[in-house]
Amino acid sequence: MTQADIVQYSLVAIYSAMTVYALAFIAFALDLAHRVSVARASAAAPAVPLASSLGAEAAMASGASTVTITRRSGGTAVLDRPDVDSEQPVKHSKAARLGLSFTVIAWILHVGGTVLRGVAAGRVPWANMFEFTLTATAIIIGVFIFMQFWQDLRFLGAYVTGFVLIFLGVATTDFYVDVVPLPPALQSYWLVIHVFVASLGTGFLGLGAGLAVVQLLQARRVGKGLPRLQGIPTPDRLETLSYRLTVLGFVFWTFTLMAGAIWAEHAWGRYWGWDTKEVWTLIVWVIYAGYIHARATRNWRGSRSATLAIIGFSTVLFNFTIVNLFFKGLHSYSGL
Amino acid sequence: MASSPSSKAESAKAKSSNAASTQAEPVDDLTDRDRPSDHFDAPAPNTPIVQPKLGIVGYLRFFWRQLTSMRTALFLLLLVAFAAVPGSLVPQISSDPNGVIQFKAANPGWSKVLDALGVFSTYTSVWFSAIYLLLFISLVGCIVPRTIHHINALRTKPPKTPIRLGRLAGYVSTDPAEGVDVEKGIADAQRILRRHGYRTRLYGGDSVSAERGYLRETGNLVFHMALVGILLSVGVGGGFIYTGQKVVVVGKSFANTLSDYDSISPGRWFNPDGLTPYSLTLTKFTAIYETQNINAIGTPIDYTAYVTTQVPGQKPKKQTIKVNTPLRLGNTDVYLLGNGYAPVITVRNPKGKVVFSQDVPFIPQDTNLTSQGIIKIPFGLSKQLGMIGFFYPTECDPRDCGSAPVSIHPGLNNPVLTLQSYTGDLGLDNGKPENAFALDPTHLKEIGGFGTSTPGITLRPGGTAKLPDGLGSITLSKSVPRFVSLDIHHDPTQFWVLTFAILVFLGLLTGLFVPRRRVWVKAVRGKGGVHFEYAGLARGEDPRLSEAVLLIAQKHSQSLGLSIKP
Repeated sequence: MTQADIVQYSLVAIYSAMTVYALAFIAFALDLAHRVSVARASAAAPAVPLASSLGAEAAMASGASTVTITRRSGGTAVLDRPDVDSEQPVKHSKAARLGLSFTVIAWILHVGGTVLRGVAAGRVPWANMFEFTLTATAIIIGVFIFMQFWQDLRFLGAYVTGFVLIFLGVATTDFYVDVVPLPPALQSYWLVIHVFVASLGTGFLGLGAGLAVVQLLQARRVGKGLPRLQGIPTPDRLETLSYRLTVLGFVFWTFTLMAGAIWAEHAWGRYWGWDTKEVWTLIVWVIYAGYIHARATRNWRGSRSATLAIIGFSTVLFNFTIVNLFFKGLHSYSGL
Repeated sequence: MASSPSSKAESAKAKSSNAASTQAEPVDDLTDRDRPSDHFDAPAPNTPIVQPKLGIVGYLRFFWRQLTSMRTALFLLLLVAFAAVPGSLVPQISSDPNGVIQFKAANPGWSKVLDALGVFSTYTSVWFSAIYLLLFISLVGCIVPRTIHHINALRTKPPKTPIRLGRLAGYVSTDPAEGVDVEKGIADAQRILRRHGYRTRLYGGDSVSAERGYLRETGNLVFHMALVGILLSVGVGGGFIYTGQKVVVVGKSFANTLSDYDSISPGRWFNPDGLTPYSLTLTKFTAIYETQNINAIGTPIDYTAYVTTQVPGQKPKKQTIKVNTPLRLGNTDVYLLGNGYAPVITVRNPKGKVVFSQDVPFIPQDTNLTSQGIIKIPFGLSKQLGMIGFFYPTECDPRDCGSAPVSIHPGLNNPVLTLQSYTGDLGLDNGKPENAFALDPTHLKEIGGFGTSTPGITLRPGGTAKLPDGLGSITLSKSVPRFVSLDIHHDPTQFWVLTFAILVFLGLLTGLFVPRRRVWVKAVRGKGGVHFEYAGLARGEDPRLSEAVLLIAQKHSQSLGLSIKP
């Protein structure tokens, strides 16, 4: 098998993965539609959770186990032990189960294609933008799939698969480059560490931002007194999940920044030189530092910190796309 | 986005979480009093506030409190992020001086405004420095009291057990049972808590109060102090940095003295006598280019500079410098940042006397090493002679690429040198420092090349050509040696910045992932005998608090043979 053959197999695997991701996306979208219709149906039913400040206060006072006040037909408020915190397994729609299965199949193809690309190049598959996109998106999906063992996040499926599908599409059409040997500046073990941890961080920050989006949507529904979407946790719970993922991503990002500085010293003779990519990596870091501070600042929890998490991930994407492609700097390894 | 009900819920949340510390029980009066007043874990302010009259000291204190508040820190953080953006949009003098020149030429009007605002050196500008210095002052103002508070907390026993545990997080209790030995039960609880790393204290014989995770705050403080450490290292140590450049042709040497640098940018406290004496000789340079992969023929695969280094009092050492492996030599770091060709050029006057003979480093202009070089001969010929040369290591066959020479490979496969000649005052004798790598032809007269009737000179290795105007002759040597451009840095901040960076990272890990929590176990006598209650209080983010309380409750109830109420 020649190198060109392996490159072809790799591409075939990636295209196949994209097809299956598309199916997964459709299934997850149907599942979301299903959740909305269930929520509508339950809105018509008598038991309506109130989002009064009294309810919120009571919920907080009892700590992690939440209490909702349901209005019974008699009109008296009754304290109920909750079903709400979504720790209990929710029965999944067929679409959600199908979506996750498709995602797993697509992911196996995706990882296979990425590994083959590495085999063809005889090195790690993240030395240019095309390869970096393959690896980073595979990590996002990988984290998403393995998170399911810990926490049911199927409701994020449409976001995750949609996002990855778009990036794989752009990568294969616009970022594609042939396998070429590494230039001397990239021949370093730091390529393995620095870039891999960066994509790991991107994966966690991306999922955290996805949860923050759902949190905002859910908070708006709750704010309007609408029932929550079925199987999707409360805004508070979503915020906690988003925070935990984002904080992990932040740690990886911190490491990326430091490892990058060490590598920059080896390759360019200084650990920090305000190169455009360095600047943007710092901007991302500072915004997420702001996010963590916001979580510790009164009146900044909730929707405001969620907005910061989303802004933070937008800068990650900006750093990856616009800065790589259009800004002049030393990190010109897109291969384009 | 934040509609009024949700913000109401938020404030309700903030209030109720403080309920745990202020309303429900007097947990301890120390509760993070020294955190910024708007910290999530700080006690809620009493409302309505009656504004006292503030004197000068009062206002200073007021502004200091504002500056060290969480809100200000958050605002300044976001402001730093925002202020860093322009420096990435506009080329910076420090990292891209040529880009600045080009930008100014292309946007003369804009550039004046940007120049006045210092945008071309954003990261040393007054406004950017002001923002980050304010941020760091705010930071110091926050961590100093917190450090004192934390040192006190480390020496303080866990606080009194609250009266009603039922209002706290993770509350569980056992079924009541007759004949339970309360003293033993509490002793057991203390033992279990200690084994899980809690500090414990007994209160009134019927309850134990425990706290763990002091490392969280320690890590948090270390993180912030180490950030200050990085700033100080760079600020103070930066004055001792110097970075110099030197072009060394194969066979030539470099000695670490001020006069031997091509250029040097010294820090504020640079002392030229402090240069460590050493020398290095470039014995060989190899550049390997891809030959197999048809998509990448000619891509560089490896550059290696072979040098012999000599430190006084030591034997000469053979060493190599590669792109990612600099040479650490006599408290400097030597980096291989560039390379190119240095054709050896000999110029003779009409009588055949050599007036110029040396290797001239040609500066690469593209990846195929099309290179430009300058030759200046102020003496020895009938007129001052300046030449701009282009060197093409592998010239494309004109039948394929047209008559203008093009290099199609960085290797030395079909080398060609072309030269344009100028006469006039080269400006070398007026005492002004001159850039050896540039020739400004505006005041010179072109005597051979594109702009004249006399064609330019074209030379191949070993070839000789006549100079225009009968000035003499020029010869290109048979072999074309390589040169390397070395960056020689001395940066004493590196060690400190790395040390503090490691502390930042460790502090971040412990500050984020070590949970700080209080747990109480309490025996309550009531109907049907004695039951035990368990509850916890998170101090900072602690999503697993309930699990942790439940674990303690399970272990404790099992040891006593009690069952936990479902």
